[in-house]
Amino acid sequence: MSNTPSSGHAPMRTPLGRVRGLGSARSGTDHFFQQRVTGLANLILMIAFIGIVICLAGSSYAATRATLGNPFVAVVILLTLLSVTTHMRIGMQVVIEDYIHTEALKVLLIVANTFFSIAIALAGAFAVLKISLGG
Amino acid sequence: MADSPQRIDRPLSPHLQIYRPLFTMMMSIVHRITGVGLYFGTAILVWWLLAAATSPSAFEAFRSVAGSPIGLIVLFGYTWALLHHAFGGVRHFIWDFIHGFGPQERVLLAKASLAASVALTVILWVVGLAVKG
Repeated sequence: MSNTPSSGHAPMRTPLGRVRGLGSARSGTDHFFQQRVTGLANLILMIAFIGIVICLAGSSYAATRATLGNPFVAVVILLTLLSVTTHMRIGMQVVIEDYIHTEALKVLLIVANTFFSIAIALAGAFAVLKISLGG
Repeated sequence: MADSPQRIDRPLSPHLQIYRPLFTMMMSIVHRITGVGLYFGTAILVWWLLAAATSPSAFEAFRSVAGSPIGLIVLFGYTWALLHHAFGGVRHFIWDFIHGFGPQERVLLAKASLAASVALTVILWVVGLAVKG
């Protein structure tokens, strides 16, 4: 790219800004890339997770706790919670930004989205850890 | 900018109501709808985990709701939404590598992912009910 654009005036963007390439939101393609990485993780984890759920479908309290307390099962569920809640937070933010054009409401909903996603992640993780660590 | 003058109401570009619904377009819309459904559906998963971590009575409360006819319908729908969204995601991965944009490929991929999501949902439930029974 030449230093002098065809319009003749100095470029609006500083050389540092261009090198960093982060755009106006200052986060560049972070969300785009994270959404794909967590999507791939979700695909892999879901295969194990669906297996766990099918094994536990209709199981009793004791049997469910015994399975959820298994370290392999617990780690799969914790990883699933981490990946899924990250993926769903980014996805919902895109939906909010696409349809809500009132600035205040948009910001409020994005914050609510963050609250909900983190609450789901922590509540699920706490439950699994409590069962696993013998609470 | 709060102080900028009122914007002129220029004609907007045509949106959904203008276009004839296309199969690939509906699949894209359903991908988003299932995503939003799955978002709120995670509350069911966490309810299950919390119930198992709380007490036998809390777990029984979850089991009676999840095992009720309405609960089973919701869980069946949730399974399909999950698989539809997952196969939709696989299509996105294919597009990310600049494949599958041709006129036939687009429709074929959309049909394949819809068929796979329905088929796998039924298979998983048949397996699930067989294991449980």
